[in-house]
Amino acid sequence: MLQTLSHFEQGIMVLASLVLLTSFLMLGQIRLLLLIKTFAWQGALLALTTALVAADSGQTHLYLSAALTFAIKALLIPWMLHRLIFRLGIPHQEEPLGRPSVVLLSGAALVLFSYSVSAPLIELSSHVTRNTIAISIGVVLVSMLLMVTRHTALAQVVGFMSIENGLFFSAVSATYGMPLVIELGVAFDVLVAAVLFGVFFFQIRESIDDLDVDRMTRLTEADE
Amino acid sequence: MTPLAALLLAPLAGMLLLAATGHRRLGAPLNILVSALTLWAAWALAVQVQREGAFLAGHGYFYIDAFNVWLLLLTAFVGLTTALFSWSYMQHERDHRQIGPTRMRLYHASYQAFVFAMLLAQSTDNLGILWVAMEAATLATVLLVSLYGTPESVEAAWKYFILCGVGIAQALFGSVLVFFAAERVIPNPEDALSWHLLYQHAGQLEPVVLTLAFVFALVGYGTKVGLVPLHNWLPDAHSQGPTPLSAVLSGLLLHVALYAVIRVKMLVDGSLQTPLAGHLLMGFGLVSFLVAALFLHRQKDIKRMYSYSSIEHMGLMTFAFGVGGPLATFAGLLHMTAHSLTKSALFASVGQAIRIAGTQAMAHIRGLIRTQPKVGWALLLGTAAIAGFPPFGVFTGEFLILMATMKTWPRLTGTLLVGLAVAFAGLFRNVQPMVYGAVPEGQHPIRVSVWPVYLHLALVLWLGLSIPPVLAQWFDQATRLISGGSLP
Repeated sequence: MLQTLSHFEQGIMVLASLVLLTSFLMLGQIRLLLLIKTFAWQGALLALTTALVAADSGQTHLYLSAALTFAIKALLIPWMLHRLIFRLGIPHQEEPLGRPSVVLLSGAALVLFSYSVSAPLIELSSHVTRNTIAISIGVVLVSMLLMVTRHTALAQVVGFMSIENGLFFSAVSATYGMPLVIELGVAFDVLVAAVLFGVFFFQIRESIDDLDVDRMTRLTEADE
Repeated sequence: MTPLAALLLAPLAGMLLLAATGHRRLGAPLNILVSALTLWAAWALAVQVQREGAFLAGHGYFYIDAFNVWLLLLTAFVGLTTALFSWSYMQHERDHRQIGPTRMRLYHASYQAFVFAMLLAQSTDNLGILWVAMEAATLATVLLVSLYGTPESVEAAWKYFILCGVGIAQALFGSVLVFFAAERVIPNPEDALSWHLLYQHAGQLEPVVLTLAFVFALVGYGTKVGLVPLHNWLPDAHSQGPTPLSAVLSGLLLHVALYAVIRVKMLVDGSLQTPLAGHLLMGFGLVSFLVAALFLHRQKDIKRMYSYSSIEHMGLMTFAFGVGGPLATFAGLLHMTAHSLTKSALFASVGQAIRIAGTQAMAHIRGLIRTQPKVGWALLLGTAAIAGFPPFGVFTGEFLILMATMKTWPRLTGTLLVGLAVAFAGLFRNVQPMVYGAVPEGQHPIRVSVWPVYLHLALVLWLGLSIPPVLAQWFDQATRLISGGSLP
């Protein structure tokens, strides 16, 4: 199969798998600072993949999407998070991960699942990127797993932003990206969300003296 | 300026203006003024649609038809009355809970931002912009939930942010899938998310992809509707934020999210030609309805109780739209209107009750009718209306939903009746001692204007006694649009 693909297409496949790899690296990463760095790498790889897709398919508006992704996901948001953890004074905080092998294996199972979900889509598509649809869904699901397995607000936010990465990737690989107006709208929402998350870190720390959201258990339907 | 432009620009300008001046004495009246302008624009828009029928505007990014025009009017109306209620309420909160000028500015600006997002979501023709607006509505309200800065409110806001954020991300994937299916039918990609074009070409859309898209959209927007088991954020956000926020969340946000689900369902129905989407809605709706009815019985906090009542009613509406057919759809639309008006009025009187009693714990709210009859009666009448007492509009909606169920799904009628009875009992066992009961020592009446509450209740009563002809005509057109048939 590989022989039938052009160099561009092979490049897209390699980069797409690297994006998925960063998802798994984040899943296993216990140091917050490195988590943010890996997230920045994911954004950069995503932007590069998008640029390659743009070059291969001739969809010039994708260059703009790639630039936007690079600016927001690889530079701006990681920089904001980076600054936040220094301002919160927790640059070296680690978050122990219970049963890392189980978590990583579940991640692999989710990727298999996303291949089975996307089978009908791949059959219908004639884009060069059709083989990356499954990977993009995989990124979304693995990021959700990241959010579920972590207890600190910061790691959950990285997971949240990584879900957005996966969704953006799915739009690029299934349809060569959404119309520009919508992509700008989504980017605006993501930016506002990032700012609000920053505000929340301080509010959460003020209220529970920590960023461990598992300690927020005041509101529940269970009887005391 | 066209009415549509005015409708969207008024809250947008209001947001910017209030971000600068919201903390001054002028803030609250300005908020009301902007909301009044918005309502006026919505009214002008309704007149325009009444005269000229459905139309496209703004380079095809906006589409107004019978279905969304009355929702826009309703949103603007509830926006105005809640702004009126919030004037005295927030003044009281500012003095008693030490809310600084920054937070008052945030409150007023966010209020208008929220109204803008709701209006944008309902007026746009583009499924992508619909998503952006729904997400923006979450972002606009999330800091309001934690306005008081208590640990509980921060927890509620965080839950709201994360659950709704992740939930609505599913809906974005649903939109990508719709776009994917549309690409091979609609040649120009810029138009491929345009709802009215998709609706025209629904029969050609790939059914497998649309089914997947609907599941994702239902989970995504369903999180914001508050469908069980995605409802966890709802009682927390409603109970911890300021009461005017609870009123607009229950009265508006949930309905707009349901509106988004129905728009996607209309596309899926056209593509699939099977009732799959309807069955999914019925399942989710019925489960939400029953679970929320049971949870009403174990609530201790007054705002939590009424937020479970919202889940219950949203479940019933979702069920009605799932049953489909002209009668059930008509009932769903009527119930949507009646619930929106009643629940926002109810939260306003709940806010006043909380101010009188000084607590949200229902065990300590007693003797409201004796302390201040107009607040006590508003709470009692509002609860009677929401519980489905005739002759209020909610009763008519529920009755029509039961009729439609009896026709198409006779076996489910019993379940619905039991659910309604359980919900009814759950509400009244808690409300009865709050409005009657002995007055606790030192409980005084407060200075408050209750006429917006009674105005809402009067409108709900009117809806129950006779639907005004203009509104009936709109409902009928919307019913025809959604269900493909009209009432006999």
